[in-house]
Amino acid sequence: MSRAFSGKPAEDLTVDALVRDELVPDDVRIHPSTLEYQAAVAERHGNPQLAANFRRAAELAMFSETEILAFYEALRPRRSTMDELLALAGELAARGAPRCAALVREAAAAYAPRGLLR
Amino acid sequence: MMEQPVGRIRFMDQQRVNLDGFAREDPALGLVALHSPADPAPSLRVVDGVVVELDRKARDDFDTIDRFIAAHGLDLAVAEEAMALGDVAAARLFVDPAVPRAEVVRLVSGMTPAKLARVVAVLRPAELMMATTKLRARRTPSNQAHVTNLLDDPLLLAADAATAAAYGFRELETTVPVLADAPSNAVAVTVGAAVGAAGVLVQCAVEEAMELEMGMRGLVSYAETVSLYGTEGVFVDGDDTPWSKALLTSGYASRGIKMRVSSGAGAEVLMAGAEGCSMLYLESRCVSLARAIGAQGVQNGGIDGASVAAAVPRGVRELMAENVMVMARNLESCSGNDALMSESHVRRTSRTLPILLAGSDYICSGFGSIQRYDNMFGPSNWNAEDIDDWLAMQRDWGVDGGLRTAPPSSLGELRTRAVEAVRDVYRALGLGDFTDEQLARAVDAAGSKDLAPTDPLAVLDAAQTIRGAGLTALDIARALHDTGHDEAASRVLAMVVARVHGDHLQTAAIFDEDMRVLSLVTDPNEYAGPGTGYEPTPARQAEIDGIRQERGVEDLRVSQASFAGDWLRPSGAAGFGADPREVVIGVSPGVGRSVWKTLSGMLVVDVLQELLDGLEEEGCLARIVRVNSTIDVGMVGLTAARLAGSGIGIGLQGKGTALIHRRDLPPLANLELYSMAPTLTPEMYRLLGANAGRHAKGATPVPARNPYTDEAIEARYHTSVIALVALERDCADPAAGPEDLTFAGRRS
Repeated sequence: MSRAFSGKPAEDLTVDALVRDELVPDDVRIHPSTLEYQAAVAERHGNPQLAANFRRAAELAMFSETEILAFYEALRPRRSTMDELLALAGELAARGAPRCAALVREAAAAYAPRGLLR
Repeated sequence: MMEQPVGRIRFMDQQRVNLDGFAREDPALGLVALHSPADPAPSLRVVDGVVVELDRKARDDFDTIDRFIAAHGLDLAVAEEAMALGDVAAARLFVDPAVPRAEVVRLVSGMTPAKLARVVAVLRPAELMMATTKLRARRTPSNQAHVTNLLDDPLLLAADAATAAAYGFRELETTVPVLADAPSNAVAVTVGAAVGAAGVLVQCAVEEAMELEMGMRGLVSYAETVSLYGTEGVFVDGDDTPWSKALLTSGYASRGIKMRVSSGAGAEVLMAGAEGCSMLYLESRCVSLARAIGAQGVQNGGIDGASVAAAVPRGVRELMAENVMVMARNLESCSGNDALMSESHVRRTSRTLPILLAGSDYICSGFGSIQRYDNMFGPSNWNAEDIDDWLAMQRDWGVDGGLRTAPPSSLGELRTRAVEAVRDVYRALGLGDFTDEQLARAVDAAGSKDLAPTDPLAVLDAAQTIRGAGLTALDIARALHDTGHDEAASRVLAMVVARVHGDHLQTAAIFDEDMRVLSLVTDPNEYAGPGTGYEPTPARQAEIDGIRQERGVEDLRVSQASFAGDWLRPSGAAGFGADPREVVIGVSPGVGRSVWKTLSGMLVVDVLQELLDGLEEEGCLARIVRVNSTIDVGMVGLTAARLAGSGIGIGLQGKGTALIHRRDLPPLANLELYSMAPTLTPEMYRLLGANAGRHAKGATPVPARNPYTDEAIEARYHTSVIALVALERDCADPAAGPEDLTFAGRRS
């Protein structure tokens, strides 16, 4: 049985609980371990790239909405310098998001020759 | 001076198809569907597990799209085997039912963009249909609707969302003419969808950051406005890179939100960035990239550029080939058919039909369930006025196009519940108030032009409050519950609880109405030839078959009986007349028993009165006889002629078909015939009566003619004819002789 991000078991997520004011947004937010599980399912069904996405998502699940939007913004064209991207990669790695860190490092390397750094 | 073309050409020039633009192929501009000289030949070189050449481009020359695909998009373990396959040999695998889908998916994962484009370019239309049938991810086909309106009116959005859900759409996509309205639209459509059915996915297509924010709050349940482009220039003009899109994709998944990307032919051409490549090749790059960044699905098949593709030779074929590439890459296909690609009903049907017949994960990536003028994406290839056509096409072919009939009798009640739910939620959450008149008008409205006047700033205020207060799906569900909309409350809650499980993040996932996930994982397409793959359940088949316009004999019997009258009474067996001025009007067995109204809408009593008046004009005597032994109008007329003193008879069937007969002619001959019963008028029957009188007097009158018509008379009336003939047949008795009838007409 799945558990919400908050740790609450999914079977407790009922209208009754809602009416008793017992549900908060983190109770209807996916848990990183569930994304790991879904990654394994995707892998078994012929889509390792979808699995990789779910594993990056499992890392991002620990970050706030504002932070995720900031990471996205940093990766858009000509938003960041090489140093800024590498610093972001370092931060991601330090905060338990090595796959996302790798993605950002890869972007930095790809952006430099194509004029996509700030 | 230019000579005017002949009438045939002037007539053809006026047809709708000639409003469309048709472009000569121009590879330099990217105005070419399947092959361009600039498309690279497929190639792949791997050294020590690193791609050093992709489609004739060396690693140092890679743009960001090449680079991302090379790093993430190819299964190098099968690449050598896949790239060595000939294009035709590979294309045959797509079509051959004996080759499992999984085998095609395995091989395609090792094909470069240029390779896959070349393979699908081999497929002819019927083969594209076979490939679609076999390769789509989900067994059960489905459909998506646009629900928008020009005013962003929340009441109408909710009523239309509920309606779309009732018609069977499993995904609803809304958008806004005014960006800041978006949160209000998301709430209204989410509430309306929940009133209509359980498990309906809802999207609000807006700018990336706001879309993600609304998704995280549960105000919408999926996203697809994550655009990919086939050239780096256009991609960057779109203010993204493959890496930013990859991160965004993971951002959606990190909150358990379903997401697909959007691409499609023509986008690069429209932005003058096609680099001379064919639409198919550029789209193949998009599809490869979609797989590489880890998106579960793709909306393509033209989309905004569909009419650009449709303007060039083989362009419509290219659109369907785009969908097949998505399926072959093991992704969900949301197969276009949204933007209106032609003014011609024939062409837009031709564009969609193969996909409807083959079945796709979502046949339309936006069937405009609302009025064309209310569609804020622009008119779809299919719109509100086409819903009955779509239902009829499903029924004609026995295929599942994702729609069902929403019973007209319950739609008013459903729309009422939807607008009341929105009113109550908006009131409970302090988002605004609506009058009873506004509610009533929204319930009845066919589009926003039918609404009561609204405060143009009310929606903006509501949207700002939703955003500012950080309202979430939990607040919406709670407000629904507190105001007595328990079912809708539990449905809204269920959509966010599903995120905790995440099963709907898998490829091609929809929810059924019991909130079961149907996806590549739980409902895989295992088509392997006739007798395999998706088949509607008996219950679903009954939905497809049971359109609201269906009529049976019993419906017609009841309708005919409502026109019954006491104006024809039997007065004994009919004998032979002696007066040479006598013309007999023979009527068929059902007339005055179960058949009372002709196909033209005239009552039989009025037809008889016209015939009698016509005969009277010519100074003839008339007698009405019911011929009981046959329902054939020729035999009815001939029998009447043989009874008549003049030897001239009129045959009249209850449905209105009439002729003049003479006693010495063979049964299938006649003097004059009105075969087009639905188009006949009182004047025509009067003329037929007069002409019968002239024949009786030995004259040669100008024959009465059928009127001009270009209507689908048979399509419109054949079901009625079959039922009328059945009623007549029930009254016929081969052993019974003709009987005289006395007539108490309206004017006698």
